[in-house]
Amino acid sequence: MKADPRGVLSGSHYMDGDHACCEGALAAGCRFVAGYPITPSTEVVERIAQRFPMVGDGIFIQMEDEVASSIAIQGAVWAGKRAMTVTSGPGFSLMMEHIGLAAIIEAPCVFVDVQRGGPSTGLPTLPGQADMMQARWGSHGDYEVIAVCPNSPQESFDLTFDAFNLAEKYRVPVMVMLDECVGHMHERVVIPPADQLEVVERKWTTQKPGHYKPFEVTDQTMVPPLIKAGDGYRIHITGLTHDERGYPVMNAVAQEKLVRRLVDKIRLQADAIVRFEEIGVEEPPGHVADVIVVAYGITSRVAMRGIELARQKGVRVGLHRPLVVWPFPEKRVAQLAQKAKAIVVAEMNYGQMYFEVERIVGGRCSTRLVGHGGGSVHDPQQICDAIVEVSR
Amino acid sequence: MNGVFETKPTTAVNPVDPYLRMDRMPSIWCGGCGIGTTVNCFTRALTECGLDLDKVAIVSGIGCSGRVAGYLNLDSFHTTHGRAIPFATGLKLANPELKVVVYSGDGDLFAIGGNHFIHAARRNIDLLVVCVNNHTYGMTGGQVTPTTPEPAVASTTPYGAFEFPFNLPHLADSCGAVYVARWTTYHVRQIARSMREALCKRGLSFIEIISPCPTLYARRNKLGDGLDAMKYYKQKSVIKKGAPTAGVGIGFQGEIVCGTFIDRERETWIEAYNKRHQAALGARFAPYPTGFVDAKVE
Repeated sequence: MKADPRGVLSGSHYMDGDHACCEGALAAGCRFVAGYPITPSTEVVERIAQRFPMVGDGIFIQMEDEVASSIAIQGAVWAGKRAMTVTSGPGFSLMMEHIGLAAIIEAPCVFVDVQRGGPSTGLPTLPGQADMMQARWGSHGDYEVIAVCPNSPQESFDLTFDAFNLAEKYRVPVMVMLDECVGHMHERVVIPPADQLEVVERKWTTQKPGHYKPFEVTDQTMVPPLIKAGDGYRIHITGLTHDERGYPVMNAVAQEKLVRRLVDKIRLQADAIVRFEEIGVEEPPGHVADVIVVAYGITSRVAMRGIELARQKGVRVGLHRPLVVWPFPEKRVAQLAQKAKAIVVAEMNYGQMYFEVERIVGGRCSTRLVGHGGGSVHDPQQICDAIVEVSR
Repeated sequence: MNGVFETKPTTAVNPVDPYLRMDRMPSIWCGGCGIGTTVNCFTRALTECGLDLDKVAIVSGIGCSGRVAGYLNLDSFHTTHGRAIPFATGLKLANPELKVVVYSGDGDLFAIGGNHFIHAARRNIDLLVVCVNNHTYGMTGGQVTPTTPEPAVASTTPYGAFEFPFNLPHLADSCGAVYVARWTTYHVRQIARSMREALCKRGLSFIEIISPCPTLYARRNKLGDGLDAMKYYKQKSVIKKGAPTAGVGIGFQGEIVCGTFIDRERETWIEAYNKRHQAALGARFAPYPTGFVDAKVE
């Protein structure tokens, strides 16, 4: 399905990552946004509030808090809309309850987290990348989500757009993990014409009312088709463990069946979801660099400078950058670990994705964390030094 | 003598059945509980109001009253604790054609969910909010709620409640609700009528229904069973239509002022949204559908 041209601001623009995120959502057909002001994410909803009244069928509402915002979007999803909420660390913490709800009721929706320094109120105006594990496991219970991580305003547009498609395709909440730097950085953003933007349509059921079950798997994807309220299906949706009809069932058998599928629909299809970019990792093809730097978001750009400095010292080093961070590109990183001497992880926290990398590497090569508490980006020299050291 | 019993009870269909998910019966509610009574009234209101039931959605929070959504044969959503109203807000705003009813308890709506209620009322989101007020958290074993009167005993106030309780009609009134009524589960016809009236309103309507919890609240306070509650409601309730809501607070086993206190008109959120943007943007504004058949802006 092609994008609805009303939401697509085609052309070449100079805008920040927050605004680009707003445009990505609009282009993807997002027509319901609920949010609560929080630095450094507020620009996204400010632009939404300005754009929706002229787009037509979109509604933005500033809710009373993030708890409300994160469930209002799910009401909108069951009314048939594509919906998103936008926040930063403290608000993201408040939204955890409803990330779990979205996971168990399989409501396709998008959560944007423009990361700042934490914990708690932390550094409201300064960057962090310490919500990465929270994005994956933050709500109680077991489930899988998808998270993407842009490193430029252009990618903020692209990956927010993709986040909506992924949400629809897998019927999961999708996190867009921006950081303050990418959110506030101004760069060129090129928005293609609407007819060049492919939007994944919601997986509507073909069943008639009376036969449709909102959690019945009908194909290999493990993703049950959807309906919207008001169409005569008289569905029941609950945050309790439920059967295919959506009715609560309080036993271990139902729990196993449901939770296993919620996890498997992402884990078993991870190959189709993962996305990464590599620079100088295998040049020439088949010859893996001695050192691989794994970095994402703004840190990937700082890491590139560190890589250049290390190359000047003669180290064969490349960058592996996940664009989809959850599920993590496990197979590729395992492959690289077979051939590289060391993997360096640079991130604005003290070891979140690093632990994932360490687990995947499993001792096949050495690993090194270049951590940072947030508040500014890394000094590229720090990353360079780590690269040089592990290359010896 | 035979005449009365000619219809075999086994073949009789309760007129409420079509509104319920009979495959989920029996309900979890205890004997003497008032929640089922309110549901019965609600089905009567649905029959009489003439709404297309495919366009009616019900949203509940968590708790005994939170289970109402699970039993009604409508598009029904059993959400998280205290968050039925913001879910319903999203559902209603995203499809204004739906008539959205929030049905939950006093703990859910006014403790954990209190913030959402006051803002929904202030915004005048087009919702009917039904609060079954049994003065306790039934599902979790009878703890004190924001409506428990002093000095009622609850599991977390073993020596008696001592906090100042909410006067819910007054709260709803001051936040701008367009329709505010209170009844007890003794007043079944009045509840059904109020629900029917509220379903026809535009904006946030609020109905409080005082309801017994014989298993926990009544037992701990030695108030007898469901029948004793009916006797209390019958003896101690007074109907005062239009009574100033500031004076309708409820003391322990005290007088219960019932009736429709507020019935007024006020712009709904979507109407206000359309009006403001129309004024600011003129022809550049694409009005949002209100869902009202005779609405001015469509």
